[in-house]
Amino acid sequence: MLVHEFLETTTGKHPDKIAIVAGARRLTYREIDGDANRLAHALARTGVRKGDRVIVFLDNSPEAVVSIFGILKADAVFIVVNPTTKAEKLAYIVDNCHACALITHRNKWNIVQETVSSVQSLASVILPGEKKEDDTRTSRPVRTVGWNDSLDECPASPPPRTAIDIDLAALIYTSGTTGNPKGVMLTHRNMVSASTSITTYLENVESDIILDVLPLSFDYGLYQVIMSAQFGGTVVLEKSFLYPYTVIQLLKRECVTGLPIVPTIAAILLQMTDLKNDRFEHLRYITNTAAALPVNHIRGLQETFPKAKFYSMYGLTECKRVSYLPPEELERRPKSIGKGMPNEQVYLVDEQGRTITEPGVVGELVVRGANVMKGYWELPDETDRMLRPGPFPWEKVLHTGDLFTMDAEGFLYFVSRKDDIIKSRGEKVSPREVENALYELPGIAEAAVVGIPDSLLGEAIKAYVVLQQGVTLTDDDIIAHCKSRLEDFMVPKIIEFRASLRKTSSGKISKLGL
Amino acid sequence: MDIKQKIRKFIQNNFLFGTCEQEFDDDDSFMENGIIDSTGVLELVSFVEERFGVEVQDDELIPDNLDSVNKLTEYITRKIGAGSSR
Repeated sequence: MLVHEFLETTTGKHPDKIAIVAGARRLTYREIDGDANRLAHALARTGVRKGDRVIVFLDNSPEAVVSIFGILKADAVFIVVNPTTKAEKLAYIVDNCHACALITHRNKWNIVQETVSSVQSLASVILPGEKKEDDTRTSRPVRTVGWNDSLDECPASPPPRTAIDIDLAALIYTSGTTGNPKGVMLTHRNMVSASTSITTYLENVESDIILDVLPLSFDYGLYQVIMSAQFGGTVVLEKSFLYPYTVIQLLKRECVTGLPIVPTIAAILLQMTDLKNDRFEHLRYITNTAAALPVNHIRGLQETFPKAKFYSMYGLTECKRVSYLPPEELERRPKSIGKGMPNEQVYLVDEQGRTITEPGVVGELVVRGANVMKGYWELPDETDRMLRPGPFPWEKVLHTGDLFTMDAEGFLYFVSRKDDIIKSRGEKVSPREVENALYELPGIAEAAVVGIPDSLLGEAIKAYVVLQQGVTLTDDDIIAHCKSRLEDFMVPKIIEFRASLRKTSSGKISKLGL
Repeated sequence: MDIKQKIRKFIQNNFLFGTCEQEFDDDDSFMENGIIDSTGVLELVSFVEERFGVEVQDDELIPDNLDSVNKLTEYITRKIGAGSSR
């Protein structure tokens, strides 16, 4: 089974069912599948071959969904990049995976220009959006073509394919401690397995309608679309969670049955006081992952949406999802993130790698299953640190880098991360990546970035900065610089100026006490 | 300074930090252009409430009221005109 076969199978059964709602646009399965086939033909005509990497740099939109499936139908590998990514990081990612094609909206051209000019592997660019004169000049010979022009020339019938389930389907770039993002390699089989496990424990049915306000560049947002194609549901796709009341309106207007959130969304929803008067008859489940939801927020959500079951979950991009807490356990164990999902095995190991059997003992969580990634793209050492020999000599298992305890009934409780990754708005932020950005600003002598507790964001990003002699910079200057270099969620919220920063014995900046 | 100017100044200083690369028109959507991020709306609402003395209701947190300089100006003008200050 291949990921795009979910779409094709559902299209065969319910061609006129609405697959995607986006603003005023409503697209049927037949339309999405047909356009995806056309795009696959178009990509093949521009020279995309089996296994080639194609970048999708778009806001959440029907075109983004069509792109994902179209790339897969061309036997190629898709990479969805966060639409708020800035020029330099986009160029890094496109170059890192040697992508040959890029699909991006014309209104992002000023960000994309640098990538198109500098990344030698990039041969063609497909552009959704209304064409204006001369808006896409390139300094290198790169074929640029409009989305409609490209698709109109191609048939809506499926192109020939040779992919099998162990072929790569996607790279999902995730932050790491070294500062450069890493491409998590996922095969069709990885994704089909994860999607099947999740739709099983969520008890998804064809009548489910999911409201997706999460970016498709984030696996949590992406899989809503994949899972919906699998069980034959509808996704109401929003570009972001910007205007809270719009979400409320959509929940009601579209009779949404499933709402995936991260803690920041919960915090914002709970600040709205009028909601208790609404009914939300249709909402049958809410899921949370990416960071822990405070217990009082869980209770708040249960009061606001009394008909909805609440699922606390935990996962990482490297295996999509690990665990979920059955809603009936929420009362007894509100702080647990549950047990392993179907078709997966999880256990805790100590520092020596021995399995821990005693309840309450802290250990690193290890995951075994068909959902576990193949590794990081072209990073064998990093891969070897995460994927290590397991109980059987023929396989590797995923060491999550997260510390947990297990209770007597086998339910898991998060303790802490092993490394220093910050979780802000549910997104991973590498302190090193933010520090690197800070060091690029002339006048910064030293920088140390940490996460501090924040009731809305989970963790807020704080930067301690030492300026060079004679330099004057304000915190606004520094934040403005970061905004131009980093995604929104990575920009420090607070800057604190110091005369100096403490060092360790090896001369590195010490974050103790910061 | 009229309402529109005050709004532009707030956006420029708090979300764009005076960067000149991000010029925005009065009709540009904040959401589509990434001018305000997801937690920025709360800051925007605080500013509107404090600076103009209006109370923003939950069901007014929609793009039609907030998503561009023009829309925000019209919204605030309506609210002040309707006498719903606190």
